[in-house]
Amino acid sequence: MGKLIAATGNQAVAQAMRQIDPHVVAAYPITPQTDVVEEFASFVSDGLVSTEFVPVESEHSAMSTVIGSSAAGVRAMTATSSQGLALMWEMLYIAAGLRLPIVMAVANRALSAPLNIHGDQSDSMGARDSGWIQLYCKNQQEAYDTLIQAIRIAEHKDVRLPVMVCYDGFIVSHSLSGVTLLDDDKVKAFVGKHVPLYPLLDSKNPVSYGGLVLFDFYFEFRRQMVDGMARAPRVIDEVAMEFAEISGRHYGRYEKYKIDDAEIGVVVLGSAASTSEVVVDELRAKGIKAGVMRLKSLRPFPREELAKELGHLKALAVLDRADSPGALGGPVGLEVRSAFFESEKRPKLINGIYGLGGRDTTPEHIASVFYSLQKIAEGGKVEEPLFYLGLRGGKDDGRQSEAAIAQARAAGQRA
Amino acid sequence: MKSEQKENPGASAKAVAPKEKPGWADVPIGAVVLEAGCGVEYETGEWRSERPVVNTDKCINCLFCWVFCPDGAVIVENEKFKAIDYYHCKGCGICSNECPAKVITMVEETKFQEANGEASAAVQGNGNIKAKTGGKGE
Ligand code: SF4
Ligand code: SF4
Repeated sequence: MGKLIAATGNQAVAQAMRQIDPHVVAAYPITPQTDVVEEFASFVSDGLVSTEFVPVESEHSAMSTVIGSSAAGVRAMTATSSQGLALMWEMLYIAAGLRLPIVMAVANRALSAPLNIHGDQSDSMGARDSGWIQLYCKNQQEAYDTLIQAIRIAEHKDVRLPVMVCYDGFIVSHSLSGVTLLDDDKVKAFVGKHVPLYPLLDSKNPVSYGGLVLFDFYFEFRRQMVDGMARAPRVIDEVAMEFAEISGRHYGRYEKYKIDDAEIGVVVLGSAASTSEVVVDELRAKGIKAGVMRLKSLRPFPREELAKELGHLKALAVLDRADSPGALGGPVGLEVRSAFFESEKRPKLINGIYGLGGRDTTPEHIASVFYSLQKIAEGGKVEEPLFYLGLRGGKDDGRQSEAAIAQARAAGQRA
Repeated sequence: MKSEQKENPGASAKAVAPKEKPGWADVPIGAVVLEAGCGVEYETGEWRSERPVVNTDKCINCLFCWVFCPDGAVIVENEKFKAIDYYHCKGCGICSNECPAKVITMVEETKFQEANGEASAAVQGNGNIKAKTGGKGE
């Protein structure tokens, strides 16, 4: 079944787009997303897709074009990163507010300044309130699989919200991995025919999009959008089950790795989950009950599920590949902490910021976090509720991880 | 949205009957306006601070005003200038600027109303606006 190829995350995403064969793709190249567009443009020129490809002059125009196309009544996709996503900002809210089922691949990258092209999740984290569904993938295969599922999720009548499929810049977008592609006709059948809702081009049933809505109705429309988000978990789960049937691969809105009987654990998004799993295996071999909770669906956020699945832990670290200067912690840390507020049973919680600007996060770094958690679980105090992992210098920042790495080394851990 | 709008002299009794505003679960998805041409019900005329007053005796029926009016507020009948639709005219003055015969004068709305009384302010050519302006009749 399917075909195993060697592909980067971007190539895998471009292959998914080829198989989806959307009516319209409008995109502007930006590192590290560039090859998605480059590769897809070659599919267009080779006649492998029937897509109307619009090479626009900016990301603002790219998002505007797919918004217009989607409202017109067709399936429209794009891809971006970092500054490109930032430039789309205004239009992101419009896509979601108009309830247009646009699907966008986001190769996560740091935001300027200072200028940096490497991976962190600051770009899409900032867009978490825009009304887009956000799914974070851990590897190339998952990026491919998720993009295909995203079409079904976005277009589902109970959801009708745009979806961002996020994967770490360079770590996933540019590294080669084995990716199993589904057969073209299977993907075609899975995504199905696009059924537009209130298409602008239906001249027999004329409608208008984008009218002025003031204090008397705006509130109601925004609340209705939240309802689309509230219905999304069921749809995401159903689509995942259906996808598993044709592919043999299943992804949940969150994924547990040895967490059920764990005493300490980390919550992490994206590729760092794979690193964390390796560390957990090593710790388990030493009798340390560690586990990983990978959060895939940041929007909608599985609040109740996380509180339930992680409540038994003694200590938990939430790892954020984005910071929120002046806040209590990183965006995911804040939200996981809030998720526990109503729970009787909850772990002691620390929040680590890691990997900004593509800073490598090694198994040693993750191991150092688990060692800190172990100390807390053994009755130690939470000394640094917010810490920076793998950061040089500073009075407090990074000390915890540096000290813990030294401790881990001393204890004969891999170094 | 409709229920919020002011009564349109051209609208039917049914359309202007007071309605409960729908709750969040009942508004159309994405704020899509499902009715065509409903802009005709929206009184933009109340935005006007100056009104175009046309000296129809000297009008040469070139219809420049009809072409240039950004609001479709010039009513034409049998290819001749008929009236200004004050329910929609925003008073931008473009017609007055473009009129080659210089027969459209912009008059301050307050002054006009002082001189003519508020009641007569909406009179000139208001008639059945919807049918005349190409909106949904009735
Ligand atoms: S532009 Fe002036 S002259 Fe021409 S139709 Fe209008 S009012 Fe009459
Ligand atoms: S003043 Fe402006 S809106 Fe009013 S009729 Fe003239 S052009 Fe149209």
